[in-house]
Amino acid sequence: MERIPVLRMGPLLLITIQVDMHDNLALQLQDDVTRYISEYGSIGVLVDISSLEIVDSFIGRMLANIAAMSRVLGAETVVVGMQPAVAITLVELGMSLPGVRTALTVEAGMELLLGSVANTRIGSDNEGSQA
Amino acid sequence: MKVLKRESQPLKTSNDVVLARQKVRLWATELRFSLVDQTKLVTAASELARNALDHGKGGDMTIEVLGNGTKTGLRLTFEDRGPGIADLDQALKDGFTTGSGMGLGLGGSKRLVNEFSIESEVGKGTKVAVIRWK
Repeated sequence: MERIPVLRMGPLLLITIQVDMHDNLALQLQDDVTRYISEYGSIGVLVDISSLEIVDSFIGRMLANIAAMSRVLGAETVVVGMQPAVAITLVELGMSLPGVRTALTVEAGMELLLGSVANTRIGSDNEGSQA
Repeated sequence: MKVLKRESQPLKTSNDVVLARQKVRLWATELRFSLVDQTKLVTAASELARNALDHGKGGDMTIEVLGNGTKTGLRLTFEDRGPGIADLDQALKDGFTTGSGMGLGLGGSKRLVNEFSIESEVGKGTKVAVIRWK
């Protein structure tokens, strides 16, 4: 059975969505993400959708679910690489994707995730805090 | 307004929804719709095809090229013989869903196209037609 690979990058997980997702694939992905967050103690999830030419409400719901489930497990989710035409369509479709942060690139997404963790660490001092 | 070309796609499995999207993309590209308009059409098709499958218990999509010499458009019709919709106004409201979705499929699709029509009869089925003009 095909499966979306979930890669571990230190404290983060990276998921690249490249195929048309069937229902089962989406459910499998949600399962895998929550399992890996628990297993690795990941603090962030990057979902790369740069290959997606459309994001419909089914995918939108999957992204919102991943973000919600991850948050319950203490991890933040950032969706990266949204194509401009997709962004325009999403807004007109009326999808607000609650709890889903976005960034333009994987690198920007990583900075967002690692930066926010540094700021919430208990007892952290101000040295090295973000701009 | 003449129908210049027509093709059908059954919507019986989730793979059919994938095929439906691909067909709409192909036709929209051939008609040289802008990228944003293509994206809107394919997204609307995805929503409506999924509705026909999940709520309508399966149906068909028909793609038609419309033209009258000056205007060209793509019409997508989604038809099912499912349970039908009792309250159309309610169904069109954002956030309303009888399933587990976000309730954006009907109202959202309407916003993504130029013309939208829906007919439904409880116990008989539902037919949604959308048109995007170039």
